Amino acid sequence: MRRLVLILMLLAAPVFAVQPDEVLDDPVLEQRARDLSVGLRCLVCRNESIDESNAELARDLRLLLRERLVAGDTDEEAVAFIVDRYGEYVLLKPTTNGSNLLLWLAGPIMLLIAAVVGLNFLRTRAKAQVSGETEALSAEEQERLRQILED
Amino acid sequence: MITELGHFTLILAFFVAIVQSVVPLIGASKRWTGWMVFAEPAAIVQFLLTAFAFGALIWAFVTSDFSLRIVVENSHTAKPMLYKISGTWGNHEGSMLLWVLIVTLFGAMAAFFGGGLPPTLKARVLAVQSAIAVAFFGFILLTSNPFDRLAIAPFDGRDLNPLLQDPGLAFHPPFLYLGYVGLSMAFSFAIAALIEGRIDAAWGRWVRPWTLAAWVFLTIGIALGSWWAYYELGWGGFWFWDPVENASFMPWLLAAALLHSAIVVEKREALKSWTILLAIIAFGFSLIGTFIVRSGLLTSVHAFANDPERGVFILIILVFFIGGALTLFAARAQAMEAKGVFGMVSRESALIVNNVLLAVSCFVVFVGTMWPMVAEMMFDRKLSVGAPFFNAAFSPFMVLLGLILPIGAMLPWKRGRLGKTAWSLRYAFGLALAIALLVWAMQTGRSALGPVGLFLGAWITFGAAIDLWSRTGRNGSFKRLIRLPGADWGKAVAHTGLGVAIFAIAGLTAWEAEDIRVAQLNQPFEVGQFTLTLQDVRRVQGPNYFSTTADVLVEKGGRAIGTLHPEKRDYPVARMPTTEAAIDYRFLGDLYVVIGDQQADGGWVMRTYIKPLANWIWGGCILMALGGVLSLSDRRFRVAAGARKTPAGGVPAE
Repeated sequence: MRRLVLILMLLAAPVFAVQPDEVLDDPVLEQRARDLSVGLRCLVCRNESIDESNAELARDLRLLLRERLVAGDTDEEAVAFIVDRYGEYVLLKPTTNGSNLLLWLAGPIMLLIAAVVGLNFLRTRAKAQVSGETEALSAEEQERLRQILED
Repeated sequence: MITELGHFTLILAFFVAIVQSVVPLIGASKRWTGWMVFAEPAAIVQFLLTAFAFGALIWAFVTSDFSLRIVVENSHTAKPMLYKISGTWGNHEGSMLLWVLIVTLFGAMAAFFGGGLPPTLKARVLAVQSAIAVAFFGFILLTSNPFDRLAIAPFDGRDLNPLLQDPGLAFHPPFLYLGYVGLSMAFSFAIAALIEGRIDAAWGRWVRPWTLAAWVFLTIGIALGSWWAYYELGWGGFWFWDPVENASFMPWLLAAALLHSAIVVEKREALKSWTILLAIIAFGFSLIGTFIVRSGLLTSVHAFANDPERGVFILIILVFFIGGALTLFAARAQAMEAKGVFGMVSRESALIVNNVLLAVSCFVVFVGTMWPMVAEMMFDRKLSVGAPFFNAAFSPFMVLLGLILPIGAMLPWKRGRLGKTAWSLRYAFGLALAIALLVWAMQTGRSALGPVGLFLGAWITFGAAIDLWSRTGRNGSFKRLIRLPGADWGKAVAHTGLGVAIFAIAGLTAWEAEDIRVAQLNQPFEVGQFTLTLQDVRRVQGPNYFSTTADVLVEKGGRAIGTLHPEKRDYPVARMPTTEAAIDYRFLGDLYVVIGDQQADGGWVMRTYIKPLANWIWGGCILMALGGVLSLSDRRFRVAAGARKTPAGGVPAE
């Protein structure tokens, strides 16, 4: 029984991310393949790149990518080849076209807005007069505040 | 029987929470002392009842009571005891119970330590905190009852996900929840202050320790999770920009912003409405995080058993609390006029820049996390937003923050001169630049990431040291250095931690080396300065798994420095394989070895990584948390919390 479990276990053993037999002989080409595969999503996984994933599909994609590079594709052509077949869902780094521009510009625009609001606030603070600092506090509260703030 | 008692006390706690969320509020508005002080015993009773329910659930797991649904689904008799206990919160229902337990724990602590709070404020804080508890008690009892029984109890359970059978599970979620829920205290204080209609320096002083504690817990929780991923997932990644990681990172960023802006409220009575807003949003992001994890709206590696019904419930909670809070804020914001006056260049303005950068970087993470959903719903595009986006869009903010941090931290309050402060930091700048250039010259033709990270890290660290030294006066002395207040030390240590973490992350990313090969038995191969030899591969049987364990001899410069045992495990009950990497933790960088499958020629796939500075990442996080703890130890918080009564009229006021 135990042997059976062991055999089953070996059969079901997972495939690893990047296998030795996938690695290309040309180190420059291999490095390009690795760099590209970090940016490609394993479609059946949860938010993993094909470089990290051990799923069968990720392996197929890695092999496909290397095939394209060996065939002489540039990086852009190889990625475009895969995007044509699997859709832009496969790109972990979204493109900057169309509505995605909003995604990329969200941070800079927000920073600009925040900077304008912040500067405005600073300007009012710098100009403001010291106006009756204690008007809102009653004598009793004043005493309590003094006790608390006393170091 | 104990299970029924646990269920019963949970329901009882629910009712106590309902009463506690109403009675003190009425008491506070009518100034009825009896109704107000009711909140204190109620908060403590509520906590004890919930703690009993949680204890009962742990007991069910420990004794493997398979008449409980979640025990069957998440446990097994052969599972080691530690994982039986930690399995209690390794599932949706149990983790929600832990969540609400921590809500009530913070409530009880506020009741216990809040002696110095004005009675109305205290009553309102406890009532709001209890209202949050009501929502989550309702959520647990109506949609995810951990005490659900099965009509026919099976003989054995289905075991816990093997990835979760790790000491990491015992500590990572509790710390994270302490952080998430700790922000509920800041939220309760903010709402109570809005109802009260008054926010002053004392309020800033009361709210800051709670925020600081939440931030410390979040820091530890995130660091633990990151370390866990590093050693468990088999390739040494430590951060994935996964939606659920982002869900914990966003409250962390906002908590960091909040504890800085609360300083301005405390010292200068400015930024009040912003601080209140930040407290509301920070807790809002905690709730959004819960929503993301439980609803299954976004795909993530942290998959709980998702259920749309639960998602809708949490969404209602989110809309009620955050919508309500923002409405209240809109109605009362003008009552919080700023008082302090300060110049364009001052500590205040530097802290505003800090808040702008932290809040905007949080916004970037938020947009990136939600974009796949937005794009699908509004633009009909199915796309992914992954690590490359966040690295490109988020990192610039951290670089900017790191650049201005040392100067901002040393600017004087009210009015400063940029040139003067920058000049006092000239040695830190020069030293950081020199180190970065040295490393730049030493590394061969690689990216600028390493040196830039090193420069930032060194600049922040040396800047923090100069800042601390300057606090000792014109001609500083070591005696004075030791006697500096906890807040000064906390600031220096936490900033140093940030510097170390930035340096480590940049260094690890830039200088990591990897080797993938088919290793034959007893044939040495070299990776970096190390020589590795696969000596043996054995089959080992664990308590609830089978393992393929390798013995790998590691040599450096001809001397054996140890044997590593990477494993591949298979859990037959859960039907899941895991890899257990063997890591040689070294000061300057880890050696990380993973064993894969056997090949046709008899060799084994082996992956070896050299992870420079990996330890420093968590070292930096520990320093940040330590800085927070040092700040918490500052005497004036205890004074503010009322634990220490100052003798009336004994010391002249400032």
